[in-house]
Amino acid sequence: MRIPCPFCGERDSDEFLSIGTVGPARPDEKASLDAFVDYLHFRDNPAAETREHWHHVHGCRQWLVVSRDTRSHTISAAEPARRSAP
Amino acid sequence: MTYSALALLKNALTGNRNWKPMWREPEPRAFYDTVVVGGGGHGLATAYYLAKEHGVTDVAVVEKGYLGSGNVGRNTTIIRSNYMMPDNTRFYEWSLKLWEGLEQDINYNAMVSQRGVLNLAHSDAQRDAYARRGNAMRIAGVDAELLDRSAIRELVPLLDLDTARFPVKAGLLQRRGGTVRHDAVAWGYARAADKRGVDLIQNCEVVGIRVDNGRVTGVETTRGFIGARRVALAAAGNSSRVAAMAGLRLPLESHVLQAFVSEGIKPVLDQVVTFGAGHFYVSQSDKGGLVFGGDIDGYASYAQRGSLGVVEHVMEEGLALFPAFSRLRFLRQWGGVMDMSMDGSPIIDLTPISGLFLNCGWCYGGFKATPASGWCFAWTIAKGEPHALNSGFRLDRFTSGGVIDEKGAGAQANLH
Amino acid sequence: MTRLATGGLIDRERPLSFRFDGRSYEGYEGDTLASALLANGVRLVGRSFKYHRPRGIWGAGSEEPNALVELRTGARREPNTRATVIELYDGLEATSQNRWPSLTFDLMAVTSLAAPLIGAGFYYKTFMWPASFWEKVYEPMIRRAAGLGRSARETDPDTYARRHLFCDLLVIGGGIAGLTAALAAGRAGARVILADEDQRFGGRLNAERITLDGLSGSDWAARAVAELEALPNVSLYPRTTVTGLFDHGVFGALERVADHKPAPAAYEPRLRYLKIRAKRTLLASGAIERPIAFPGNDRPGVMSASALRAYLNRFAATPGGRVVVFTASDDGWRTAYDVLAAGLSLEAVVDTRAEVAPALLATIPPDATRVVIGGRITATAGYLGLQAVTVAGAQGEVFEIGADVLAVSGGYNPTLHLTAHLGHKPRWDETLCAFIPDQLPPGLHIAGAVNGSYSTRAALLSAGEAVTAALGHLGFSPRNMALPDVADEAAGVSAFYAVPGKKAFVDLQNDVTADDVALAVREGFRSVEHAKRYTTMGMATDQGKTSNITGLAVLADATGRTIPGTGTTVFRPPFTPMTIGAVAGEHVGKHFRPTRTTPLHAWAASKGASFVEVGPWLRAEWYRKPGEQGWRDSVDREALAVRAGVGVCDVSTLGKIEVVGRDAAKLLDFVYANRVASLKPGRLRYGLMLREDGFVMDDGVIARIAEQRFFLTTTTANAAKVMQHLEFCHQVHNPELEVAFHSVTDRWAQVSLAGPASRTLLATITDTDVSDAALPHMSMMEATFFGTLPCRLYRMSFSGERAYEIGVPADFGHAFMERLMAAGAAYGLTPYGTEALGVLRIEKGHVAGGELNGQTTAGDLGLGSLIAQDKDFIGRTLSQRPALIAADRPALVGLKPRSVGDPLRAGAHLVDVKATPSIETDLGYVTSACYSPTMESPIALALIKGGKRRIGEPVRAYDPVRDADTLCDVVDPVFVDPTGGRARG
Repeated sequence: MRIPCPFCGERDSDEFLSIGTVGPARPDEKASLDAFVDYLHFRDNPAAETREHWHHVHGCRQWLVVSRDTRSHTISAAEPARRSAP
Repeated sequence: MTYSALALLKNALTGNRNWKPMWREPEPRAFYDTVVVGGGGHGLATAYYLAKEHGVTDVAVVEKGYLGSGNVGRNTTIIRSNYMMPDNTRFYEWSLKLWEGLEQDINYNAMVSQRGVLNLAHSDAQRDAYARRGNAMRIAGVDAELLDRSAIRELVPLLDLDTARFPVKAGLLQRRGGTVRHDAVAWGYARAADKRGVDLIQNCEVVGIRVDNGRVTGVETTRGFIGARRVALAAAGNSSRVAAMAGLRLPLESHVLQAFVSEGIKPVLDQVVTFGAGHFYVSQSDKGGLVFGGDIDGYASYAQRGSLGVVEHVMEEGLALFPAFSRLRFLRQWGGVMDMSMDGSPIIDLTPISGLFLNCGWCYGGFKATPASGWCFAWTIAKGEPHALNSGFRLDRFTSGGVIDEKGAGAQANLH
Repeated sequence: MTRLATGGLIDRERPLSFRFDGRSYEGYEGDTLASALLANGVRLVGRSFKYHRPRGIWGAGSEEPNALVELRTGARREPNTRATVIELYDGLEATSQNRWPSLTFDLMAVTSLAAPLIGAGFYYKTFMWPASFWEKVYEPMIRRAAGLGRSARETDPDTYARRHLFCDLLVIGGGIAGLTAALAAGRAGARVILADEDQRFGGRLNAERITLDGLSGSDWAARAVAELEALPNVSLYPRTTVTGLFDHGVFGALERVADHKPAPAAYEPRLRYLKIRAKRTLLASGAIERPIAFPGNDRPGVMSASALRAYLNRFAATPGGRVVVFTASDDGWRTAYDVLAAGLSLEAVVDTRAEVAPALLATIPPDATRVVIGGRITATAGYLGLQAVTVAGAQGEVFEIGADVLAVSGGYNPTLHLTAHLGHKPRWDETLCAFIPDQLPPGLHIAGAVNGSYSTRAALLSAGEAVTAALGHLGFSPRNMALPDVADEAAGVSAFYAVPGKKAFVDLQNDVTADDVALAVREGFRSVEHAKRYTTMGMATDQGKTSNITGLAVLADATGRTIPGTGTTVFRPPFTPMTIGAVAGEHVGKHFRPTRTTPLHAWAASKGASFVEVGPWLRAEWYRKPGEQGWRDSVDREALAVRAGVGVCDVSTLGKIEVVGRDAAKLLDFVYANRVASLKPGRLRYGLMLREDGFVMDDGVIARIAEQRFFLTTTTANAAKVMQHLEFCHQVHNPELEVAFHSVTDRWAQVSLAGPASRTLLATITDTDVSDAALPHMSMMEATFFGTLPCRLYRMSFSGERAYEIGVPADFGHAFMERLMAAGAAYGLTPYGTEALGVLRIEKGHVAGGELNGQTTAGDLGLGSLIAQDKDFIGRTLSQRPALIAADRPALVGLKPRSVGDPLRAGAHLVDVKATPSIETDLGYVTSACYSPTMESPIALALIKGGKRRIGEPVRAYDPVRDADTLCDVVDPVFVDPTGGRARG
C-alpha cells in the first residue's frame, strides 16, 4: 500500500505502523472501569471505510488518521491525528 | 460408505464409478435446533461433536462459500500444544489428543503427521523463556524438550547455526506437534457430520440474525430465513461482521496473514521449524512443497491479500535459517483473514443474547485448535455453559483482567 | 537432425556446448535449453509427478508444465527449472529429475499400473490402519516419492539485489502491443518502464512468419527496441517478469541479471528483485495456448501448436519431422502452414470443428496433407516419445497416422493473472471461449491478446487505444501514433476442451486426468475450489497456466454447469515462481538485519570484550583476562571488582529520550505511573510506565535537567516502543500540550561507573564538585571532564553500589574511555559486561527483562507503592481490574538453593516441596538467575504465588526440560545491602 502522508507525501506502508481503528476518545479519569474496558478492547471492526491510527515511524513520526476501506484498501484521506477530532 | 484399503481396491476394479458423494447437498429446512454459522474447520467440527458427543443432530451448518473456504483451507497446517498459560496448555493439549485419534474417529485420513515442532531460541533470555514454557508444558503432562545446539544440528542438518546474524542458542521441541493436511480436516469433519444427519448448506450467506426479546430465533440467509433455537457463530475472520448482525461488538480486529508454498522438492526438512529472532515458520508437505509464513501484515483488512513488505521479511527470515533454500522458488502466496483478539487468545462463550453462542478470536492459531474448538463449542452449546477446558476463553475476561496473554504484548490486536 | 538448415534467431557462428543427464550436446547462442535439446533430438526431458510418465516439452515459454530440470550442480543446484526459459550458455549442465535409476528406465513408473487405485484423493481413504503406521511406514514412502527436483544443501554462493523503481507508465510485456504502447508513451515524454520476461523483446513477433511495414516481425521489434533505447525517459527491462500486483500500483518483479551465464560476474547479482511503483500500468502480457485433454496427450512429442511455431521460426529446431496438427482454432492452421514452410512433413490437420472457413483451408496446398474436419485424436502411441496418433473422423471412421510431433491448439487463455491479483474477477467471453479481464484494478490498462485482441492488427489497435487512455490520465499528449501496416490473421476459436477416454491429462505436471475431475465430482467436490484441492489440478509449479481452463471445462461438463457458472479458482502472485533468494536480496547472512554498535564498541573490542546480540545491538558480555578458563571466571571477577572497588560498563544501548516544552512535566505525568511534576530540576527519579491495560510496560530513570527539559532512559528492548508511545500520548491523547520529544540514544556514549571507589576516581578526572553534598544519590549535573569535555553526570545505581552514569557526547566516547581507564588504573578500574551487570542487578533485586515480560503488574514486582494515587495516567483504571490485584498473583521474591552446587536457572517453575508438579500446584517461575560471587551461591529472582509471605519457606525449582529439580529457600529479593546505604554513600 501507499499512504499519502500529509507531511512527507505518498510513501510505502512499510514505513508506517498501524494500531487499528480510531475509536471514541479515551475516557476521562472519572469514567468507569467498564468504559475503559470497552475503550481499549472492543472494536466495530467494520468491512467498510474506517478511520485508523497510523504512525509514520520511518518518516516524520507523526500519528495520522487514515481513512481506508478494509475491503479494497482504498485510501480516501490521511490527516494528522492531532488535528483530527476524535 | 466406509473408507478402507478394501473399498479402494473394490472401487478400482469397478472403474471408480461407484464412489458416493462425501456429503449430501440438502436444501435448508425451515427450522433447526441449532444452526452453526460458518462451514470452516471449527464450524464443521462443532457440528460433528454436537451430533457425536451430545446427540444433537438437528443441526445445519451454513456456509457462504464452499465448505472449508475459510482459514482451514489457507493455513500453514501446523498443530502443536506448546503453550505456557494454563488455559492454553490444557485446551491445546486436548486438541492435540483429539488430532491423535481423529482419523480413526472420522474414518478419514487427514494425514496427521507428528513430525515435531522446533522453536529456535537466539538469545539466552529467549532460551530461558522457552524453558519456562517447556516446563509449563511438562508440568501439564505435555511433551517438551529443550535442545542444545548439537542436538539441533543433528535433527535439522540444513539449519545455519553458526554464521547467522542471530545464531541459534537452543530450541524447544515438541515431538508430538506436526502438520495435518488442512483441507482434509474440513472434508473429513464434513463427511462425518453429514453421516450423523447434519445438513451442510453451502453457498448460503448469513445476512441477518433474528433476535426476539433477547432470544435468538434464527438467521436470515441468501437462501431465505432459517429458524433455530440456537445459533452458534464460528466465522473467524468475519466474526465481527456476523456478531454485529446481532448488535454485538467484539474485542477483535480482522487482519490479513500471508502464507507461501514453494515448488515441490525431494524431502529436505522433516520438522516444523520456527525462527525466534523474527516471525517465521516452515515445514515441508508430503507433496514436497515448503509451506511457510510469517507475521501478519499489521493492518486491519478483509481482503485475502497482503503487501510486499511482509513477503520480503518472510523470505529473509527463511534464509536466515536455511541459506540453502536461496535458489528455491515460491510458487504461490495467499492471505487469510484472522480474528485478532486483544490478548491473543480465543473466545468460546455464551453471549448476552439467549441462544446465541460465540466462537472467535483465534488469531492465526486457529487451525491446530480445530478439534478442541469444535469439541468445547459443542459442549458449550449443548450444556449452555462452558466446559472447564474453555472456561478461561470468555468474553468477560477483559473486564476481570483475567486475560490470557501468552506473549505479554498487551491489548493491541496486531501484536499477538 | 532436428535443427533446421536455415532461419531462426540463433547465432550459428557461436556454438555452445552443454550437458544433459551427463551427455554432451551442442547448441547456439540464442537457444533456450529446450530448443537446444529439441535440436539435438532429445524429446524425453522429465518424468511426471505421480505416475512417472515420460514427458517432453509442451511449450516455449514460462508456462511450461513438463520440461522441468535440475539446473547447475552443487551449491548452485536449482530444481524444477523450466528448460523453456533457460537461455543456453556454454557449459550449461542440467539433469532430469523425479526418476530412478534413469530417465529412460524409471522404476517408479510402475505407479502408473496402480493408477486406478491411486486416483484423485486416494490417500484420504486409506493408510489409517494400524494408526501408528501412517507416520512410520506410509507417509515416509509418500514423501520419498513426492517432490520433483532436489534442493541444494549448501549456502548459495551467488548474491542478489533489490531495486526500487518509479515511473509514469509501466508496460508489462514487450510483444507487439507492449512495444507499440511503450513507443507512444516514450515519444510523448512519459517516464516509461518496459519489462518482458524474455531475453529478447518482441514476444510472438519473434516466433511468427509475419511482416510489418515491410519488415519481419523480429526486425520490426528490433527497430522499435532501438528507438526505445535511444529515449532517455524509457528504461528497458528484458529478462524481467512482473510477478505480482499489490495495492496502490506497487508491483513485484524479478530481473534475471546473470542466469544466462555460467556464473554471475564479480559483484554482479544473479537476480534482482524489483519493486516498482507505477502511476499507470499497461498490461500487454499476451495469451497462453491451452491444451486439449485427450487420451495419451502427455507423450513427448505432443506440443502446443504455437510453441512448435516458436521452435521452428525462432530457434530453427523441431521435435520431429512428421507432424500432425490437432486444432480447435484457426491458429492451428498457422502452425500447419509453418510446418510446411519449414520443409517438414505435415501428416494431417485434424480440426475439431464441423466447418472450417475455405480461406483457412486455402492456406494449405490441396495435396500437401490430409485434412480431417470434425475430427478427434482419440489415442497416441509411443512409450518414450510419440510414434503415432489415432484419429476419429466426423463419420466415426478411425485410423492411425504415424507421427512424431502432434501440435495441439485448443485456443488461447489471456494471461490476465495480474488483473486478478487484487481480487477482481474476470468474465467469460463466449466468442473467445476464454476468460478475459472485466473490471480492472485502479490504474491498470490492458492491450493485445490479454484483452482478447488476438490478431496482430487487433493487438495494435488495442495498444493504441490503451496507451492513449493511460497518457490522458498522466497528462501527456500522444504523438506520432501511426500504427504499422500489417495483414490481419484469422483468430476464430471453438469451445472444444476434451476428448473422452482414459489418461486424458488435464494437469500435465500433477498428473490429473479428466477422469480424476469426474471422480471428484462424483464424490461431491463440485465447487471449482474443491475440485482443485481434491485433485491438485492447477497446483503445480505452473499454477494451472495450461491446465485450469481445460480442467474447468471438464468440471463444468461433469456437473452440468456452464464454465462461467463454474467460476475460476483465485489468481495469486507470483505470476511465475519467484526465487526466495532474490526477494531476500542483500538481507542474508550477517546482513539479515542491521547491526547496531555503541560508540564504545571498538574500545570494548580492544579490551578483549566478547560480544552478544541484544536485539539489533551487539553488547559486550564480558572481558576475558588471560588465564581465565571460562566465562564465569570473567564475570565473577568483574562483579566482585564493582563490589570491592570500581567498574565501568557501557550502557549506551539504553533508550534515551529528551522531552522538552512548557507542558513536558504534564505529559510525563500522564505517561508514567509515578509522579513526575514534583521532581526538582537536577534530580532523578525511577520511572515506571504501565500499558493502558494496567500491566507494566517499561521502566527507566527520569532526569529533570531543567524546568522544561527532561531526559528519560528506557530499557534497551523498549526504546523504540516507548518513543512511539510518548508520541501517541501526546499527538492523540493530549495534542493541546506543548511538548516535543527527541530520541538521543545515539547521541550519547553512556557508561556506568560503579563501586565504592567510583567517586574517588571521578574526582580525579573532573574539576566539578562531585561530593555527596553537591551530587547526592538520584541527582544529576553537567560536569567537565579532563578539563575540556562537557558531559552529563547522573548519580544512580543499578548494582546497589555507589554509582554514576556519565553521558559523553558520542564522538568523544572512545577517547573518554581511554582517558578514564588510564586514570582508573590506580583504582583497579575494571570494565564489566552485560553478564556482570545482570549479576549485580539480580543481587540487588532490581527488575529487568526477565521480570518486565508484559505479564506483570507493578504490584507483582514490589513496585506498587510507587503508583501515584492522585492523578490520571495511562493504565491507572485498568490496573485495578480484579485479576490484576488478586491476592494470589505471583509476586517477586529471591531464591537460594539449599545446596550451593545445585543448578538454579531462569525458566524453572516453582512447586511446593511435597506437591506433585501440575498446573494446579504450579506456584510460579524463576525470572532471572545467576551465580552470585558475593553470596558465593546461585541466586535467583522469581515470581511466586504468595510473594514475600513465603520468605523462609522451602520450594522446589522444578526444571524438567533441563533435568533439574532444586530445593531452594524463598528469600528477600534484595540479596545485597537491603537497606540501600551503599548507594546513597
